[in-house]
Amino acid sequence: MLYDLAQHLINAVASGTIYALVALGYTMVYGVLKLINFAHGDVMMVGVYVGYAVAFLLGRQAASSFLGFMAVFLVAMLACAVLGFIIERFAYRPLREKSRLTALITAIGISFALSYGFQLDVTLTKARDEVTQAEGYRLTSTPCATGDEHCVTILPGAAARRFPTIIESVEWVNIASADGLNEVRLLNWQVMSFLIAVGLMVALQVLVFRTRFGKAMRAVSHDHRTAALLGIPVDTVIAGTFMLGSALAAGAGILYAIKDKQVQPLMGMYVGLKAFVAAVIGGIGNLKGAVTGALLLGLCEEGVVWFGSSSWRDAVAFGFLIIVLLVRPEGLFGRYVPEKV
Amino acid sequence: MRLSLLLACAAVFTFGCEKKTTNTDPKPADVKQAVGDTPKPADAKPAEEVLLLGEVGSLTGSEAAFGVSTRDGIAMAIDEANEAGGVKGKKLAVRVYDDQSKPEEAASAVTRLITQDKVLVILGEVASSNSLAMAPKAQEAKIPMISPSSTNPKVTEVGDYIFRVCFIDPFQGYVMAKYSHDELKFKDVAILTDKKSAYSEGLTEVFKRKFTEMGGKISGVESYAKGDTDFRAQLTNIKKLRPQGLYVPGYYQDVAVIAEQARELGLKVTMMGGDGWDSAKLFELGGTAVVGSYVSNHYSADDPSPRVQEFIKKYQARYKTTPDSLAALGYDAARVAIDAMKRATELTGPAIRDQIATTKDFPGVAGTITLDANRNPVKPAVVLKVEEGKFTYVSTVAP
Repeated sequence: MLYDLAQHLINAVASGTIYALVALGYTMVYGVLKLINFAHGDVMMVGVYVGYAVAFLLGRQAASSFLGFMAVFLVAMLACAVLGFIIERFAYRPLREKSRLTALITAIGISFALSYGFQLDVTLTKARDEVTQAEGYRLTSTPCATGDEHCVTILPGAAARRFPTIIESVEWVNIASADGLNEVRLLNWQVMSFLIAVGLMVALQVLVFRTRFGKAMRAVSHDHRTAALLGIPVDTVIAGTFMLGSALAAGAGILYAIKDKQVQPLMGMYVGLKAFVAAVIGGIGNLKGAVTGALLLGLCEEGVVWFGSSSWRDAVAFGFLIIVLLVRPEGLFGRYVPEKV
Repeated sequence: MRLSLLLACAAVFTFGCEKKTTNTDPKPADVKQAVGDTPKPADAKPAEEVLLLGEVGSLTGSEAAFGVSTRDGIAMAIDEANEAGGVKGKKLAVRVYDDQSKPEEAASAVTRLITQDKVLVILGEVASSNSLAMAPKAQEAKIPMISPSSTNPKVTEVGDYIFRVCFIDPFQGYVMAKYSHDELKFKDVAILTDKKSAYSEGLTEVFKRKFTEMGGKISGVESYAKGDTDFRAQLTNIKKLRPQGLYVPGYYQDVAVIAEQARELGLKVTMMGGDGWDSAKLFELGGTAVVGSYVSNHYSADDPSPRVQEFIKKYQARYKTTPDSLAALGYDAARVAIDAMKRATELTGPAIRDQIATTKDFPGVAGTITLDANRNPVKPAVVLKVEEGKFTYVSTVAP
C-alpha cells in the first residue's frame, strides 16, 4: 500500500508540475489582459518541435550531453518567447480595445492555425551539393523515407514522432519490499524535471515580486489605464508577459516530451486544456493558485485511477473543476490574495 | 498602420481556415496530390469522362499513418486498373477526403462524396468509429461502401450496402485469446483498453470472453481515452496484479507510449495486441519497448506466396517502403470494387452492390476473399511477433 502510494505520488507530481508550468502562462496573461490565451498550449507544442529540431541538429550524442540538454531548453524557450511576442503584437494588440470576445475568438483562431499548420510536411535533408560537393542540410517538402537517418521532418506532418532522448533514463532510486512484490522506482529525469520546474517557478516568483519589471506587471494587471498614466510602458509590459509565459510553456513542453517521449501537432490542445482547468481551479490570475491547482489536478487524476476506474479520470478531473466553481467561483486562491498578476 | 495590422491578423485567420478547407474540400489539384504521386492521366484531362470512386481516410490526426497507407494502396490499385484499360473503356479516378481521424468529419466527408461528387463506390474508413459514422449515409444513398480494415462487427450490420475486406473483431479477439492460451500458455492476463474506440472495446470484449472460456483468468481491466499520453497510473495498477500477459488492443500511437512507460515502471510482461499496432511508426515511437510482443494481423510481409511477394515488390518500387497490412487491405478493397464494377451490367449503386455481394474466391493480397451473407469475408489471421524494427510471422490461426 505504502509502495503504491509512493509510486502514484511520483506519477502525480510528475504530471502536476508540467500542468503547473503551462497553467502559469495562462494565469499571467489573464492577469494582465483578462484574456484567456487559448493558443498557449499550441505555443507549447511549437516549443517541443523547436526542441526536437535542435536535438536532431545536435545529433544523439551531443543532445544528451549537459550542454546539448541546456541548448534544447534555451533555444526552445527563446523561440517561443519570440513567437509569443509575434502573436501578441500582431494578433492581440490590435484588438486590445475591442470587446473581450473578439480577442478570445482570435486566440482560438491562432490555436487552430498553429495546430493544423504544424500538420503540413516540411523536411530537412542532409545532402551533398552536386556542384560544390559540400555537405549541408536542405529544406524540401517530400516526406522522409523510412530509416533515412539524414532526413528529419521540420514542419512535422500529422503523425506523432518520438522525441529524441536528451536525458538517458537512469534509475536513481529503487526501493523494493522484502518479498520483492512491491517496488518504487524513481528515475533521474523525474527528479530533474521536478527540479527544473520548481526552478522556473521560483525564478518567475522572484521576477514578479522582486524586480522593477514585475512591479510594472502587477501595476498593469491592477489597472492598465492608470499604469499608463503613471508612465509605465504598458505595451512593453504586456509583450514581456507574453514572452515570459510562452518561454515557460516551451520549458514545460520539453519536460512533457521527456516524460511522454512523443510529439504531435495536437498535443498542445490536450495539455493546454488540462492546464487551463488547473489555472481556473487555483483562481485564474493568481500564480500560487495555478501551481496549487495543477498539483491538485495531477493528484486528482492519479487518485481516480488508483482507487476507482481509469475511465473516470477525465470525468472526475472536470467534475472537480465544476465543484470548485460552484463552491468558490473565484477559484481556490482567487480574490483573497491582493497581488494579482 | 492599423489597417495593415488588421490585414496581418486576417491573414493568420485565413491561413487557419484554408488549411481546414483543403482538408475537407480538396480542389482537383489537391486530390491529385492526395492520391500520391500519381503520374497517370486519370484526372489530368477533365474533358474525358472518368469513373469516380470516393475515399474517406485519416490523412491527418492521430491515425494518420493508417489513412496514408490505405490511400497509397488504393492509389496503386486504381493506377493498375487504368493501365489495364480501366473499366468499360473508361478510366478510374479516386477522390480522397481527409477526416482528420474524427467520426464527425468522416460523416460530412461521405455526404460530400455522395451528394456533390456523385461517386460510384466509397472506400473507407480504417477506424471502426469513423466507418460507423459513414455507413448510414452510404446505406441511405444506396452507394456501396467497402471498408478496407474496420474490424468492428457493427460496421457491416448497418445495411446491405456496407462491405468489408478484413476479418472482424470477434475473430481477432479469438485469435489472440487462443494464441496466448495455447501457445504462450498464459493463465493470467490483464487488459488495457481504449474507452473511446469501438475497435478497442470490441476486441477487449471478445478476448475477455474467449480467454475465460478457455480457462484463463482476466486479472484486471484498465482503460484510457484516445489522446492520453500518460498511462503510468493504470500501469502502476496493472503491475500490482502481476499478470503474465497484457492485452492492449489499441492503436500504434498509444501502444508505443504504453509499452515505453510499462518498461519504465518495471512492468515485465508480454504485451499482445491487434492489427491496430501495425505501422512502421510503432518502432519509431516505441523503440525497443515493444519488442517481444505479439499481435494478430491480416497479412504478413514474410508470407512467401507469390501473390503477396509480387504486391510487395510493386509497392516498394512505387513508395520505397514495405507495405503494412493497411496498404494491402486498401489495395484489396479497391480491387474488389473495381472487379465488381467490371462485372456489373450498369454502373449504378444497386448494380455494383449486387456484384460486390457475390464476390467469391477473390485473390486478395491479405487472403482470399469470399463475402458471406453478412458481407464479411471469412479468412484466417496471422500472429506476428514484434522484433527490433519489424514484425515476424509466427503462426496462422484459421477461423
